[in-house]
Amino acid sequence: MKALVFERSLPRFAAAKVAGALAPGRGAGPGPLRLKDIDPPSLGAGWHRVRPRLAGICGSDLSTIDGASSRYFEPIVSFPFVPGHEVVGDLDDGTRVVVEPVLHCAVRGVDPLCPSCALGATNRCERVAFGHVEPGLQTGFCEDTGGGWSTSMLAHDLQLHRVPDDFTDEMAVMVEPAACGLHAADQVREESVVVLGAGTIGLTVIAALRAEVIAVAKHPVQRDVARSLGASTVCDPGEISGVVRRRYRSMMVGTQLTGGAPAVVDCIGSAASLQQALELVAPGGTVLVVGMPSTVSIDLTGLWHREVRLEGAYAYTHGEFERAFDVVRAKELGRLVSATYPLDRWKDAIRHAAEAGRRGAIKVAFDLRNEKERN
Amino acid sequence: MAHRPGFVLEVDRSTPPTLFHHGEGFRLEKLPIGSRVVYPSEALSPLKHPDAAIREALLHPVDMEPLPALLKPGMKLTIAFDDVSLPLPKMRRPDVRQRVIEAVLDLAAEAGVDDVVLIAALALHRRMTEAELRHAVGDRVYDAFAPRGLLYNHDAEDPDNLAFLGETDKGEEVEINKRAAESDLLVYVNINLVSMDGGWKSTATGLASYRSLRHHHNVRTMQHSRSFMDQHRSELHSSNWRMGEVLRKSGIKVFQIETTLNNDTFPKPFDFLQKREWDWTARDRASYVAVSKSLERTPSRLKRSIFQSIEAPHQMTGVNAGDVEAVHKLTTAKVFEQQLVPVSGQTDILTMGLPYICPYNVHSIMNPILVMCLGLGYFFNLYRGKPLVREGGVLIMSHPTPWEFHPVHHPSYIDFFEQVLADTTDPIEIEKTYEKSFAEDEWYRHLYRTSYAYHGVHPFYMWYWGAHALQHLGGVIVVGGDPKAVRRLGFKPASTLRDALEMAEDVVGRHPSITHLHNPPLLVADVS
Repeated sequence: MKALVFERSLPRFAAAKVAGALAPGRGAGPGPLRLKDIDPPSLGAGWHRVRPRLAGICGSDLSTIDGASSRYFEPIVSFPFVPGHEVVGDLDDGTRVVVEPVLHCAVRGVDPLCPSCALGATNRCERVAFGHVEPGLQTGFCEDTGGGWSTSMLAHDLQLHRVPDDFTDEMAVMVEPAACGLHAADQVREESVVVLGAGTIGLTVIAALRAEVIAVAKHPVQRDVARSLGASTVCDPGEISGVVRRRYRSMMVGTQLTGGAPAVVDCIGSAASLQQALELVAPGGTVLVVGMPSTVSIDLTGLWHREVRLEGAYAYTHGEFERAFDVVRAKELGRLVSATYPLDRWKDAIRHAAEAGRRGAIKVAFDLRNEKERN
Repeated sequence: MAHRPGFVLEVDRSTPPTLFHHGEGFRLEKLPIGSRVVYPSEALSPLKHPDAAIREALLHPVDMEPLPALLKPGMKLTIAFDDVSLPLPKMRRPDVRQRVIEAVLDLAAEAGVDDVVLIAALALHRRMTEAELRHAVGDRVYDAFAPRGLLYNHDAEDPDNLAFLGETDKGEEVEINKRAAESDLLVYVNINLVSMDGGWKSTATGLASYRSLRHHHNVRTMQHSRSFMDQHRSELHSSNWRMGEVLRKSGIKVFQIETTLNNDTFPKPFDFLQKREWDWTARDRASYVAVSKSLERTPSRLKRSIFQSIEAPHQMTGVNAGDVEAVHKLTTAKVFEQQLVPVSGQTDILTMGLPYICPYNVHSIMNPILVMCLGLGYFFNLYRGKPLVREGGVLIMSHPTPWEFHPVHHPSYIDFFEQVLADTTDPIEIEKTYEKSFAEDEWYRHLYRTSYAYHGVHPFYMWYWGAHALQHLGGVIVVGGDPKAVRRLGFKPASTLRDALEMAEDVVGRHPSITHLHNPPLLVADVS
């Protein structure tokens, strides 16, 4: 079967890191990702073949391709793997499904469940490197399951969500990112919040929030969509300090706001965005990190002095994944899919995804529906 | 030699290219044949003995007792004076305010008045710096009063030093500087650069609080001031006059001193700017080329500092003192004598070159909001009778319009530009949705009171100043401006005047009439 395979190759990792540092998405050329013909994955009972229809390209995928991911992930992924965890596909019986990619205890056959899974917080599973499945925090990072950037992959019974008939494939492929946004939004208790970043995750967070949203968006298309999803104020990154100062009636000491937003959701995860979040949040407020960070260097003095809480938001629970269908439907998130590519044009696809905002796009996905092997 | 009055030139084949101001630079533009150019009057002859004229005005005021008769030992005397926004450009020393204030102080000293305070009547403008105060009132006055806290900037946000005087018959609240209100005599020293200045606007605006100012600095007032250069058709003035009546009834005695200046605006090597192009000598042409070429190579910061250091050779053409309204009539006549130019009929397209300065960027940056205000607020309103451009016509302005702000002087402008104009450019919507939050913002208030920032609400007033033009015009095009900044203003950018004229034809139709306002030096078009 045809698949994009991410292999363990130190020279290629290094080359991807160099190329990715030059421009986002450039790691695809010299890096460890290759289009190959491989054997389809196989696992035992409870696992099903899924033939992907659309598979999204996520920020974490791009980070991996550009060699920018943290080494934190090394023990919880297994090589070689086929990326792609935002997937809508067909089961052998023709049922259209969305895959909930978290490879938690129950999926892995781990018994008893870890404390987090026992509480239903499968996104916090403590056994993602154990059980009868190779390590992998999610489908798309696990050797055994395959991933969506291929013509065939595996998904466990517990990972499958039937796609409602009124859903297009574009809507369905947005369910996974919407679940991420919903999970982050569920953690926001404040009535007013600043959202940094308006890529796919930022926009799904905005879509799911039930609070006043001040959104920071770099590109015109992001600004337009952020507004349409309910952000009351949308501004450029350079303008946010002034917007927050005025909205929350802050004074300034030097260049530092004395007050700020009760909560800031960082959907970028870079050193600059985290630093900005700490500068924008009010004393006693919360910075919620939703965008995948890596090793960063930031000044935490303000966090200490202003007693700011720094929290993470990763993935979703099963219940949130179910609810994400409603968010996609209500906010018409299928429109966020801006471009699709066949697997053969994978380098173009990755370049487009890496430059999405600048090129007026939001979500870029692989379209497997016309792949010969699949049909 | 008698000055030549302003006039309207019709462009023909022999007409040399026309000068357009363009921020800290200029452009020479070939206007289409048949276009009209409205030229200002040459400078009126100045008073030969200005100090004597001032003394004469103080001793023989209009409809009021001579100043010495109003000065008594033990009385409280306050002298308020116009702030850094006047004149433009700042004038060579001695400033007219210095001459007048020194004369008033001499008389006060002769009368044994020792409770004297001087106040810069800046309303919601930024505070004047020491250097600016020294320039306005002179070192002698500054050194005698400022160190003892007797010369200071008005603070429109100081609740302890404001006096509420009541309301006009239209319900407008009148609140002014407490020291001025509680003085036995308030002497106001004006520089009436344009006909809008002076009268009751001096005290009712210059010494007022936001609570009071908001009654006439609003969209409705500006849309009903046609124009605010014509007191009798200006709601801005009507409101100020009503407030003046409240001042009068509350027992405040105002001794108004108004001065007028001539059109001698630019010193060498910029004096070619106030000549008509066909009068340019070989030296003028050489100056133009030399200045233009060197400006092209000069970094914008340095360019700004060169222009901001210009001191105008303005000279005083008149001084009148006494009763506010009686004095203002004489002053207005004198201003019009210098500036009024008869123009027959309106035009489809009005062109103008905006210079480097307006009342609110002295020693500062002409940010995009001020570009709007100068073009659509001030220059558009330089008319009496009818606007120079017809309703639905197009205004073409030439200015670089950089996306640049002075962070100390204009902090609320930055937020206005980034946050408010990104949402809407409709003055009514802006006033309704945003004004209060800016006006009452503690941070802006703090900066206005303690730093050198314009009040938080000031960018709104700049926008309202252009509200009548926005309502009247079919389009606004900015030649040579930063396209992004121009679009944020809601206007269209054009690279050249020719492009702009073509774009304007889409609005006003083919073969439009074109009129260029050759300004500054200042002129007021008397449109019949």
